[in-house]
Amino acid sequence: MASLIDCPHCGPRPREEFSVRGDAAATRPDPEAGPEAWHAYLHLRTNPRGLHREHWRHSGGCRRWLVVERDVVTHAVHAVRDAQEGAQ
Amino acid sequence: MSRYSALALLREALRGNAGWAPAWREPEPAPAYDVVIVGGGGHGLATAHYLAQVYGLTNVAVLEKGYVGSGNVGRNTTIVRSNYLLEGNNPFYELSMKLWEGLEQDLNFNAMVSQRGVINLFHTDGQRDAYRRRGNAMRLHGVDAEILDVPALRRMLPMLDFDTARFPIKGGLIQRRGGTVRHDAVAWGYARAASSRGVDVIPHCEVTGIRREGERAVALETTRGTIRCGKLALATAGHSSVTAAMLGLTLPIESHVLQAFVSEGLKPFIDHVVTFGAGHFYVSQSDKGGLVFGGDIDGYNSYAQRGGLAVVEDVIEAGVAMIPALSRAKALRSWGGVMDMSMDGSPIIDRALENVYLNAGWCYGGFKATPASGLCFAHLIATGEPHPTARAFRLDRFASGAVLDEKGVGAQPNLH
Repeated sequence: MASLIDCPHCGPRPREEFSVRGDAAATRPDPEAGPEAWHAYLHLRTNPRGLHREHWRHSGGCRRWLVVERDVVTHAVHAVRDAQEGAQ
Repeated sequence: MSRYSALALLREALRGNAGWAPAWREPEPAPAYDVVIVGGGGHGLATAHYLAQVYGLTNVAVLEKGYVGSGNVGRNTTIVRSNYLLEGNNPFYELSMKLWEGLEQDLNFNAMVSQRGVINLFHTDGQRDAYRRRGNAMRLHGVDAEILDVPALRRMLPMLDFDTARFPIKGGLIQRRGGTVRHDAVAWGYARAASSRGVDVIPHCEVTGIRREGERAVALETTRGTIRCGKLALATAGHSSVTAAMLGLTLPIESHVLQAFVSEGLKPFIDHVVTFGAGHFYVSQSDKGGLVFGGDIDGYNSYAQRGGLAVVEDVIEAGVAMIPALSRAKALRSWGGVMDMSMDGSPIIDRALENVYLNAGWCYGGFKATPASGLCFAHLIATGEPHPTARAFRLDRFASGAVLDEKGVGAQPNLH
């Protein structure tokens, strides 16, 4: 894992200040969407060997949820944005 | 293939060791096989061995992208045990334990199976209750389990920090039949046994694509040409999502990195496998004298066979809290392995398509399962029916809700 994450609010901060939640690709389906959609949301992951978008929280800093785009082979961080951007 | 024996050792000692043959053949791949197993790690090689030995299928190839034993079978902490709680898990791991007990005779290979006992420490009354429950569940399945009190532990493990204010040790649960096995020898032994029965073990042959026609896989594109398959068996834990994606399948799995460590060689210090109950830490001592230890996964998706320093610190802190003398030992090496973390912490042995079989999701418990995984996977491939002890490891259990969540944390793979 990269040693620094560039928080859009706090600037580059050590990775230890952040906590990871996981894959940011899954979006919560409509409550009436049916068991297949809920199964896919809850369990299925593309788990790519390359670029991966993840939710990280700056728990030791501004405490904002972030979306970090990261290469899971080289651990290079490509982009970081606040999770609220683009969210509904 | 000549058998290994004390007599053979003596004969070769007198002949200057000039008569040893390679332990297994590494032939060129044939154009087609009845069964192609992708992944020449412990599980893939064990599957090939039991397919040939128990089910009589020998037109079988094992494709390995690196050298034999270069994946997780050579990167784990070598611990074997069957101290599971759940109905769907325990009989399977106990089958594995029984196969470990007869493995060396079965394979004619010294795998250094050492039943030195696995001890789980507990530190609170609540934890004692939980371990008693686990021990009782084990005994109901015919597995050995005992609760050790503090005086017994003090005799066995005098180096533990018993009386700290934060994590006083109140006792432990021991499975005396658990222990360690020389991990590389497991890969080598299975490769040799499978090869001697006619299985082609093919290293340095990476699968780059799988040709699918409807619900069937018909051929594999590899770095050593196209290979057609009657049945396809995937045993690529760590990279299961990558191989499954070649068939257009999405799995309930994330890949995570788990680190392990070994200290410099020390005089005999720890006779058992010991796990900490107040943090995630496990340690045993290898025959070379190194303390082999590990802890939690790093917690983020990773396909890199290396981890971060934050977890190194975590693991060493937990280790020193359990054994203060550990702070005087130097860590010699650390490394990482890529794990298939499934959504309930339990594995998958199931049919994925009409002629495609999936062995995946071993989280960080794959090594101890190697023999039973091989036998049950071979049973499924050969007969089309799940082995009685592996019935719960279904791929559709996530959709149906019949999950096997040993730890009870839900669909959050980095917490299992």
